[in-house]
Amino acid sequence: MENELYKLTAHELLEKIDKKEITSQEIIGFLKKRIKGVDSKVKAYVRLKDANLQSATCNLQSTLKGIPISIKDNICTDGLHTECCSKILQGFKPPYDATVITKLKQAGATVLAYKTNMDEFAFGSSTENSYFGPTRNPYDLERVPGGSSGGSAAAVAADEAVWALGTDTGGSIRQPACFCATVGLKPTYGRVSRYGLIAFASSLDQIGPITKDVEDAALLMNIIAGFDPKDSTSVNSAVPDYLQALEKDIKGIKIAIPKEYFVSGIDQEVKAAVLAAIDKLKDLGAQTSEVSLAHTEYAVPVYYIIATAEASSNLARFDAVQYGFRAESKKGKTQNLIEMYKQTRGEGFGQEAKRRIILGTFALSHGYYDAYYLRALKVKTLIKQDFDKIFREFDCIVTPTSPTAAFKIGEKIKDPLKMYLSDIYTISANLAGIPAISIPCGFTKKVLPVGLQILAKPFNEELLFRVAYAYEQNTPWHLEKPKL
Amino acid sequence: MAITKDTVKYVAQLARIELKAKELEELAGQLQEIVNFIDKLKKVEIKNIPATSHILPMSNVLREDGPQESLAADKVLKQAPQREGDFFGVPKVIE
Repeated sequence: MENELYKLTAHELLEKIDKKEITSQEIIGFLKKRIKGVDSKVKAYVRLKDANLQSATCNLQSTLKGIPISIKDNICTDGLHTECCSKILQGFKPPYDATVITKLKQAGATVLAYKTNMDEFAFGSSTENSYFGPTRNPYDLERVPGGSSGGSAAAVAADEAVWALGTDTGGSIRQPACFCATVGLKPTYGRVSRYGLIAFASSLDQIGPITKDVEDAALLMNIIAGFDPKDSTSVNSAVPDYLQALEKDIKGIKIAIPKEYFVSGIDQEVKAAVLAAIDKLKDLGAQTSEVSLAHTEYAVPVYYIIATAEASSNLARFDAVQYGFRAESKKGKTQNLIEMYKQTRGEGFGQEAKRRIILGTFALSHGYYDAYYLRALKVKTLIKQDFDKIFREFDCIVTPTSPTAAFKIGEKIKDPLKMYLSDIYTISANLAGIPAISIPCGFTKKVLPVGLQILAKPFNEELLFRVAYAYEQNTPWHLEKPKL
Repeated sequence: MAITKDTVKYVAQLARIELKAKELEELAGQLQEIVNFIDKLKKVEIKNIPATSHILPMSNVLREDGPQESLAADKVLKQAPQREGDFFGVPKVIE
């Protein structure tokens, strides 16, 4: 039994702590052993050599009783490296905690000092764009774990983390959760404070849980959700007890199935698994109907204008003055301020970051603003209206999380557009600001995970948890483990 | 919309990013492909459609203008690539 403990979920570990069968120090001990045992294969964590595993002692009497949590490298942790897996933030140790970290510490979580790998600044869908090199999918080490929160999802799947935080701007929690057979939730925009999250696209970013099961995701949301005066876009409305939403009954729930998510480009095995999952939901008492989200095909182009425009503005702060890396002056030359900026940013940003900053700067530049940025904001309105219409009649929408299972490392990295299109099913939720969850719903013949995405109207995470929990508790997928 | 090497060069200058010749070449090609793809938005009828810049109906988010604790100066300055006393150090700005 002792050597199986790392497989347990947070709520199972809490039960064991309550029964005095284990202590939080023992949990940290076996987690450390597990990381040592498998991370050389998975590479879910970065800077493993530099830090002690445990960051600080915590209040053992509180809700989480010292249970450890793993954090994506773009969420600020006081005094602990936070580099967004980018050279330009080399050495950065934030002088403060993100609000989610403060809340976790107050709730008694042990925040691990090792951070999880990600695409640089969350730019990517495969975790290949990390300055530290790619993370590998625990189900097939030749394949990507998804991205950008690939390190968090892989760590949870490989039992190198009890649970983790990721961030989602266009699918960066849900797509890796799907590729690694874990649960991933992107909350409603404004539900979780973004204070201390190093911004990619401020109008789309949300922090959310990546966990081994739905109950853990609800438990974690209970802690991180809520209004924060430091984030003016966080919403001041009461946070329900999400654990109360975990019912196994979904009788009478009305589910919409958008036909645009099952057409060209979808892998047949993925389609079959998702259709079988929809049948299962029907067996459990839900009613389903086909609907249309007519502007679906425009979500990716709208996203790549809005997200890159905001990124180009947000990443202007990396100027080698206040933190991070600074390029040295060229041999025999003195560097003036502008050269210092340009050389630092040329050397410090990776290829995808440069691509996005330049695309975003272009979309905002004089003469192109109306044709690209303003047009994108208008099409965004149409995408949102599509969802509003559906939610007037239905409780939730069910789709595949990703059109394919995990692809091979190197398969899409040379073709940015192809990579962008792998987010085709997840991007709309960010544009519409609605919550969405990905849960495991099967495996392909090659034993690669398939994910089911459930979307609901703003601030209805409870419904997502209810439907996801009912499905999970009546299927075996969340109990599968990768062979490592 | 044609994206040439000159377009990329100009935009990179606006974004304060130094690009190598090879990067310039590669980016022009890739951005052309991405812009062609994005151009499919031109098919969408947007007459009389308002722009949505913020998804939640919020405006004028205000708070009490009271003193609050700020970050410890030394801890912040420690992160700087170049520090001079209690200042951030940068190369010469005015020639």
